[in-house]
Amino acid sequence: MAAKSKDSKAAVTKAPARVDSTRALAALQRAMWGLVSQPLTAANRMKPRTRDGRSTAAAAAEIAKPNDRLTSFERLEIYNRMYWFRVLDSLYEDCPGLRAVLGDAKFMRMAEAYLQKYPSRSFTLRNLPSRLEKFLREEPKWTRPHTALCLDLVRFEWAQVEVYDGGAKPLFRVEDLAGINPAKVRLALQPYLQLLQLDYPVDDFLIAIKKREALLRGDASNAPTRVRTSKASKVPLPRREKCAVAVHRMDGRIYFKRLEPAACKVLLAIRAGKPLAQALAAGLPRAKSKQLEWAGKVQSWFCTWMQLGWFCRRE
Amino acid sequence: MPANPYNGFTDYGIGLGLRVPHYDHILSEKPTVDWFEIISETFMVDGGRPLEVLDRILAQYRVVQHGVSLYFGSADDPDRAHLKKLKALTKRTKTPWLSDHLCWGSVDGTYSHDLLPMPYTFAAAKRTAEKIRMVRDYLELPIAVENVSSYTEFHVSEMTEWEFLAEVVELADCGILLDVNNIYVSSKNHGFDPYDYVNNVPHHRVAQMHIAGHTKFEKYILDTHDHPVLDPVWKLYAHAIKLCGVTATLLEWDDKIPSFQEVHDEALKANQFITEAREAKIPAPKKTSRVRVR
Ligand SMILES: [Fe+2]
Repeated sequence: MAAKSKDSKAAVTKAPARVDSTRALAALQRAMWGLVSQPLTAANRMKPRTRDGRSTAAAAAEIAKPNDRLTSFERLEIYNRMYWFRVLDSLYEDCPGLRAVLGDAKFMRMAEAYLQKYPSRSFTLRNLPSRLEKFLREEPKWTRPHTALCLDLVRFEWAQVEVYDGGAKPLFRVEDLAGINPAKVRLALQPYLQLLQLDYPVDDFLIAIKKREALLRGDASNAPTRVRTSKASKVPLPRREKCAVAVHRMDGRIYFKRLEPAACKVLLAIRAGKPLAQALAAGLPRAKSKQLEWAGKVQSWFCTWMQLGWFCRRE
Repeated sequence: MPANPYNGFTDYGIGLGLRVPHYDHILSEKPTVDWFEIISETFMVDGGRPLEVLDRILAQYRVVQHGVSLYFGSADDPDRAHLKKLKALTKRTKTPWLSDHLCWGSVDGTYSHDLLPMPYTFAAAKRTAEKIRMVRDYLELPIAVENVSSYTEFHVSEMTEWEFLAEVVELADCGILLDVNNIYVSSKNHGFDPYDYVNNVPHHRVAQMHIAGHTKFEKYILDTHDHPVLDPVWKLYAHAIKLCGVTATLLEWDDKIPSFQEVHDEALKANQFITEAREAKIPAPKKTSRVRVR
């Protein structure tokens, strides 16, 4: 990757008169990108002024040849519109929950601000929301008065992206324990498994939103439109209620599984590389009297987690 | 051109783009398809459903990788981490050749996710060819570059688009993925004769062809890949295979995707032109080398 040029943040680079070197090629590309990546007007047109107050038409005329139907401005405007439609559509698809809380108009303003501050640094649109949580923490004005809920949603929606195509390693089997002291064993969790401690039950909220969107599309329903509309009324925002959720996958499909808070702590300690005995201590009460009561519980957790294939071999 | 160094000496027929809405149909019905083109980026992931589907497809079909993010024409150096992922995927798919676009799309590590047009200059061609060579040497695979459809031209350009394409592929010694629809779209947007383009590319380097549908707007044509192939594009395709020989051909349909059968039937229309070209018994194109306009 080329070193980040000092003037890449500068408003709009001037286009070179000739492209006779790689440096001049870079300058032309920066100049065009400066115009193409500028946000659109409210009417989805290219802005008449550049970030540094120049006439966009003049800047475009230095780069693009007009033809008998389109001016230089109009030719670059095609790219300007395609860029913003593409990235905004992509983020829109990735964030149904955040959209439901903010409403489409506010979501779009937030998305535009996000993509200006954190444009894509990845070859794939999959990673477009990767810095959205960071952005919303830095600029809570976009999510007020629902900032905490929105942060949970963003983490949850990003977790689903990671679960969908995250890596999987060979499963851990009971036989792998042979000859090792079980208390000292360090287990490993599947890289795709995501563990979330949340302030809001956003798992249920997202399921309700998905159902509503399916109703609005008319999927799996023969109900007449009027009934559909009433059934598809807005999903109420969730109330604050701490919960822990595992986002995982089976046969290529994504699932959410609620975890007891103690179980989540144990799993997080395992993920942090703690030996089994220490990981259990991280989640369970210390009192001796409670230990028997918890033993059965712990056994059933591990049984379920093994069945779901959450443990893998350590490298 | 049929089997040549730029498509790994393969002789593939009519292929289809592998797209999500068709996964279930393909996996359950196992239709007869000569080969599938996959978008590399979709499968440059660590696991999950994309790779599970890919492995099942690979067990039954021949697959060729087509990319959208190498950006041979961006001034930036290729990204090593990206290439490493891409190479791992090529080992999995055993793609006989790999294609991506003759365009730019990233600036100083920021990605546009678009296929932006090149300024047609000698310096730009030199840099682009240098990057194609870097990628080819790293991946150890034949590379074919695809002409994109474009909506603007640059003041700085020193030659036509087809001269630029020829300059790049000769400097890089690589193949061409000739997108006939893109030639048609650009010819309308920039007012050139698409036959001049097809007549003047080095035919012996054509490793593969693309056909697709597009959408006409009042003042320009947009390359939308959401329609059947239009008549003038079929005619241009027929002309191209007479010059290049019968070449691996792929129909692109990426938006408003209809049923698998409908897409496949549309692609198979190419057979009519392939039969005509075969009957005409045209000799294989000769190696040509461009006379520099410099
Ligand atoms: Fe194409």
